[in-house]
Amino acid sequence: MDGQGQDFKWIGKRTVRPDGVDKVTGRANFGADFSLPGMLVGKVLRSTHPHARILSIDTEKAHALPGVKAVITAADLPDIPSEEAHFGEDPTDFRHVSHNVMARDKALYDGHVVAAVAATSESIADEALGLIEVNYEVLPHVLDVEEAMKPGAPLVLEDLITGGVTPTPKDPSNIAKRVQFDLGDTEAGFKKANMVVERRFTTKPVHQGYIEPHAVVASTSEDGHTLVWCSSQGHFMIRAACAKLLGLDVSQLRVMPAEIGGGFGGKITVYLEPLAVLLSRKTGRPVKMVMTREEVFRGTGPTSGTVMTVKIGATKKGQITAAEATLAYQAGAFPGSPVGLGCMTAFAPYDLENVKTVGFDVVVNRPKATAYRAPGAPLAAFAAESVLDELAKALDIEPLELREKNAAKEGTKAPYGPRFGPIGYVETLQAVRDHPHYSAPLGPNQGRGIASGFWMNFGGQSSAVVNVNEDGTVVVTLGHPDIGGSRASMALMAAEVLGIDIAKVRPIIGDTHTIGFSDITGGSKVTFASGMAVVEAAGDVVAQLRERTAMIWEVEAEGVVWEDGHALPASTNVGEFEPLSLAQIAAMAAKIGGPISGRASINAKGAGPGFGTHICDVEVDRETGRVVVLRYTAVQDAGRAIHPAYVEGQLQGGAAQGIGWALNEEYVYGDDGRLQNPGFLDYRMPVASDLPMIDTVIVEVPNPNHPFGVRGVGEVPIVPPLAAVANAVENAIGVRMADLPMSPPHILAALEDKA
Amino acid sequence: MNAMRYEAPGSIDEVVALLAAADGDSRILAGGTDLLVQMQSGFVKPGLIVDVKKIAEATTITAEDGGFRIGAAVCGAEIGEHADLKEAWPGVVEAAELIGSVQIQARASLGGNLCNASPAADSVPALIAAGAVCSIAGPKGRREVPVADIATGPGETSLGTGEVVVSIHLPAQSPRSGDAYLRFIPRTEMDIAVVGAAINLSLDENGQCSAARVVLGAVAPTALLVTEAADALIGGPVDDAALERLDAAARAACRPIDDKRGTADYRTKVSGVLARRAAGIALERARSNS
Repeated sequence: MDGQGQDFKWIGKRTVRPDGVDKVTGRANFGADFSLPGMLVGKVLRSTHPHARILSIDTEKAHALPGVKAVITAADLPDIPSEEAHFGEDPTDFRHVSHNVMARDKALYDGHVVAAVAATSESIADEALGLIEVNYEVLPHVLDVEEAMKPGAPLVLEDLITGGVTPTPKDPSNIAKRVQFDLGDTEAGFKKANMVVERRFTTKPVHQGYIEPHAVVASTSEDGHTLVWCSSQGHFMIRAACAKLLGLDVSQLRVMPAEIGGGFGGKITVYLEPLAVLLSRKTGRPVKMVMTREEVFRGTGPTSGTVMTVKIGATKKGQITAAEATLAYQAGAFPGSPVGLGCMTAFAPYDLENVKTVGFDVVVNRPKATAYRAPGAPLAAFAAESVLDELAKALDIEPLELREKNAAKEGTKAPYGPRFGPIGYVETLQAVRDHPHYSAPLGPNQGRGIASGFWMNFGGQSSAVVNVNEDGTVVVTLGHPDIGGSRASMALMAAEVLGIDIAKVRPIIGDTHTIGFSDITGGSKVTFASGMAVVEAAGDVVAQLRERTAMIWEVEAEGVVWEDGHALPASTNVGEFEPLSLAQIAAMAAKIGGPISGRASINAKGAGPGFGTHICDVEVDRETGRVVVLRYTAVQDAGRAIHPAYVEGQLQGGAAQGIGWALNEEYVYGDDGRLQNPGFLDYRMPVASDLPMIDTVIVEVPNPNHPFGVRGVGEVPIVPPLAAVANAVENAIGVRMADLPMSPPHILAALEDKA
Repeated sequence: MNAMRYEAPGSIDEVVALLAAADGDSRILAGGTDLLVQMQSGFVKPGLIVDVKKIAEATTITAEDGGFRIGAAVCGAEIGEHADLKEAWPGVVEAAELIGSVQIQARASLGGNLCNASPAADSVPALIAAGAVCSIAGPKGRREVPVADIATGPGETSLGTGEVVVSIHLPAQSPRSGDAYLRFIPRTEMDIAVVGAAINLSLDENGQCSAARVVLGAVAPTALLVTEAADALIGGPVDDAALERLDAAARAACRPIDDKRGTADYRTKVSGVLARRAAGIALERARSNS
């Protein structure tokens, strides 16, 4: 069933969010809200050198300070071997995770942790950090991706051999990996083109900018079992990483998910958690660690800064004949930029015969890049969708029409391999064409741009339990932290399957010991995968309800059907029975077979790819270079919007983050390799007054692989904005901005270059 | 561990006595919107904090000599709600209201903005353009000092040991006069001026500019009173040609630095733009104030 034509009772309703009241009253417990008696304060010492060999660390004075209960360095963590870890969309290496959590031999960026303390108060912990003596040999550093790729550049990791190249290089370099995706023959394709546009783009690293800094409490009992409370995008991930980094059994760690104040990909790895666990194990006391905002900026993952070249050729009529991209992404201090995903997604909205994308994953002396909402895709799309806009203008074709002519449809072979099933890209383009925004008049110094975006969306491992209480209420236990409203969506799906009122369904997130393994919340998977698990678990409950009814009626289970929250005889042949409600059956459960509990643990396949197209209007102040976004509309195929308000929120949030990325966000490093703007004052994310109300249009082309047609929606909306803003700026002032951010000084300089 | 002492006396004399008796670093707490942030990030570790918000003189706005005396600890929100003050000195009030968010406005003060001595302080150029004068209390008694003479460099002031700014006096605004302040930030709120420009100008009965003060912020170690820029306006109509001369004079006076908030080149260009735009607003106000 694909959900088409179904008459839903709950799917698509804008119900009150189950976590809403606690969040608006301040009752909800986020990472830093948890406390235990006898708790110590844990703090870390961070390197202020971007690249330095750690010759020695003397912790003696810190140890001797009254109130200090433990001091740890890399020497206290096992030196674990290389092993691939799968947290998010891209693999990483547990050894690198360990070295990122605590520098071993070398500090690789300003902000890299070199030691940690646990003390009876924050001020003692701070004082102890000042007493740790680290003897550094300062090394030359490299921040820029192109500089890092040059022969003779300072080596960030001295044993790093480029992967994906034959023959394997003999010498180490900062290029961790080369990836390539091919379809057809681009050389032949460009020969058929009447017009070819090629352009180079650069972008700066940007931070996910979640409101809640990382926070954890760890408490170890005398038998070696540790309880961990923290906010993350996956408590099973926290458990796996802590166990691996500290050499513990997985069952020795029980991780409780706190409410999470935003992640956007930035919380799919560990920073403080293994250190808090280790400090707690060493001291036998609970240890709490909370980052400051400055630490979040200096120590946690931004997404990559890049240098990208994109080349697209087309016929006079606007048929694209070939497209190429070369993408170099900063990985930070350890391999693992999302460059592969950039290569896969760059041209995915288009039905192309000839595509070649080449990517380089490059280490530099910056914090390790972490996933950020559709990791890698917004960057590649910025370059590709900007070149498309330029190509359309060169061909004198409306940019929207150029996209329509080349749009991917069901059956299109994606540049990265698979053939698309039913997808809704064309429908988003049509919705843009039909939207009043698209044809609204513009004033002087105003411009309009459009851009599209793609994300493949993910499935994966997910568990759910549906317990029927004795009064007919239901508790749905889920395995993924709720970041984007999953509790509301899961409750709606459970209520739909069970046929009961949404008010009777209470969704909660289980901890690692109470619910089956579930992957991180990421990859836009939860409404899809967790939804499938919930539908299956609720279906399991329905099967049990029918069996219990059959026992009461003394008929075969096949003789009972479940409709609108009631058991009914399948036909008059079964007999004449009054319908039994879920609550009636629940009340009798103790006497007829015991508790009713449904469960599902699945590996969800068949995530539906997502497409979006955005319209952006800007006005540019030609004297100051300031860009104001006047109007913005985000259109996206959601497959099926389970809770439309949350889908709209995702579209608005992604657009807001993308606009910030386009206009003013950037890390500013000095020549000394130190970060100069580790705070929201000078790391300029948009504030509410910077943005117009972001209009949304949800297109629904159901995903046939999900019982209700769901596609992931969280990541696509951050993919188009960078190019949508750049295309709008070009339309306003006739200048193509190929370097992000499009901050006022850059716009003014570009205007002067043109004049 | 260093213990910190907090005092909130009820009179300026007590403040002066506390400061005189203190050893080590002592700080005045008005709104605290700079001080608390600096303490939080470990830049300062004062041994004594003297809160001046319990002192009437430092927390009230009173009419005086046709102008206004504003207590050094009066918050931005109160300044913004003072109708008479706003009518007389709209540029000063706008500048005070630009400091921080709504929450910050409930705390941030002119005294704090002045004594923090940031080159980018929003209220300082507007106060200097208005010809405001501080009342300072110290171990040797009271003295009056123009606002322009307080900041001597980033984070540095001419205040002597144990001295405290008690209030700021804005003179009576002349007839046919108007003031304005504009700042440039990449965002709309929650940011620090990349450039600030304050203008206070007067017209004669024929509509010619008879007096002007032009002050630029964030383009030098302290706010700059640019007499060449004022001269560009004085003695003629405030027309396009005068505004072009103002723009050029403002740019010529800038001595900015490159930093995370903007380049020297960019600041210089925008200082001229803002001066011109602020002059346009001040002119409209002067015309309607006759």
